[in-house]
Amino acid sequence: MRKYTPKKNVQAKAKYNDRFWVAPRVPREKVEEGSFFESVVDVLKSNEIELLDYYVELGQLVVKINPEDNVKALTVLKEKSCFKMCSELSAVDYLAQDGEFEIFYQLLNLDKAKRARVITRIKENQAIESVEKVYKMANFAEREMYDMFGIYVNNHSYLKRILMPDDWVGHPLLKTYPLQGDEHAAWYEVDKIFGKEYRDIIGPELRDPARIDRYDTKRFARIGHEVPFGADPDLVDKTETKIEDGYSKTFLTDYTKGSKELENRR
Amino acid sequence: MAQHQVNYASSGGLPVVLTTADHLINWGRSNSLWPLTYGLACCAIEMMASGASRFDFDRMGVIFRASPRQADVMILAGTLTKKHAEFTRRLYDQMAEPKWVISMGSCANTGGMFNTYSIVQGVDRIVPVDIYLPGCAPRPETLQYAVMMLQKKIRRQSADMKKNKLQRFV
Repeated sequence: MRKYTPKKNVQAKAKYNDRFWVAPRVPREKVEEGSFFESVVDVLKSNEIELLDYYVELGQLVVKINPEDNVKALTVLKEKSCFKMCSELSAVDYLAQDGEFEIFYQLLNLDKAKRARVITRIKENQAIESVEKVYKMANFAEREMYDMFGIYVNNHSYLKRILMPDDWVGHPLLKTYPLQGDEHAAWYEVDKIFGKEYRDIIGPELRDPARIDRYDTKRFARIGHEVPFGADPDLVDKTETKIEDGYSKTFLTDYTKGSKELENRR
Repeated sequence: MAQHQVNYASSGGLPVVLTTADHLINWGRSNSLWPLTYGLACCAIEMMASGASRFDFDRMGVIFRASPRQADVMILAGTLTKKHAEFTRRLYDQMAEPKWVISMGSCANTGGMFNTYSIVQGVDRIVPVDIYLPGCAPRPETLQYAVMMLQKKIRRQSADMKKNKLQRFV
């Protein structure tokens, strides 16, 4: 039977105290002595692989290495530490922050049921060596990485776009790529099927006609009461009165660098 | 027996069918709409259900064909990606005249919730659409209703398809 809780005054109490609660960062733990992960780290060190950083996150070992060592490190992990399976391989775009891509290799040890992640950082326009010889799954995964981020993979057997069409321009998973596509993406199917001269006949894509546009002073003059009806759109930024944002700024908060913002909210 | 006797001369029950060529041709066309089996996404599941025994498209003369050469109707069931748009148009071009298109579901109609770089924002950018069928995904009854609406449309049209062509794609 469910445990009894007093029902008095239950309506007056808020169920959730902080609506904009920010989840704390995933804690990074040290590698425990005598654990399996310590042996993995020792094996890597003994094979002369420079470890920039290593820690345990959510029960998984994370090892940061130099990009030149990736094939060697993965070979060691596969053969010496029995990480027989690479379940995921891709990149993360940190270009705006650090001017770098983070490439990660998510490994699985099937005997011990342990996971490890090898991460490495490369600069923009820097290529990475293929790990296809170590893990066969890297063939498709690296093609996807090339397709989505434009990261060249050296010595890959068949480096070609895998998701987007071959004549696509741009790499969609870059943070700089617009979600609704650039000029090329917007006209891709029209250009390909009918030719460029049909652009005028078919017209631009109709995307989200319910979009709220603050510069459209005729249809959206009352939103936030910023500017009078029908005002010149150029004046919107100059004349409107500043109003506090009505939405959560949670996703804009950089809570990884110092926890003041987080504490204030708490 | 006398009461069942038909007096051809006076009752108007002549043993002759009088109609126009348009009506006759459209009667045939509208009652044997053969769609191209063309499932693109989850709407295809509903399309398959429409064809199966519970909803039974066969009784309406709708029989799915695996070749565009044998099909009259293209039911675009699902999300059309830009990569695939080229092939959709090619299949449409391969279908023999007269041909019709049913755009099934929100994704085919407008791009739906996929307001992204890789999805065609409405299949009417690629092929001329006759029936827009709303829903996400539409129930099989809805697809059957769409086919019935298409039948009505065909019966209303001229049998000469040249007169019915959409201006945009001429």
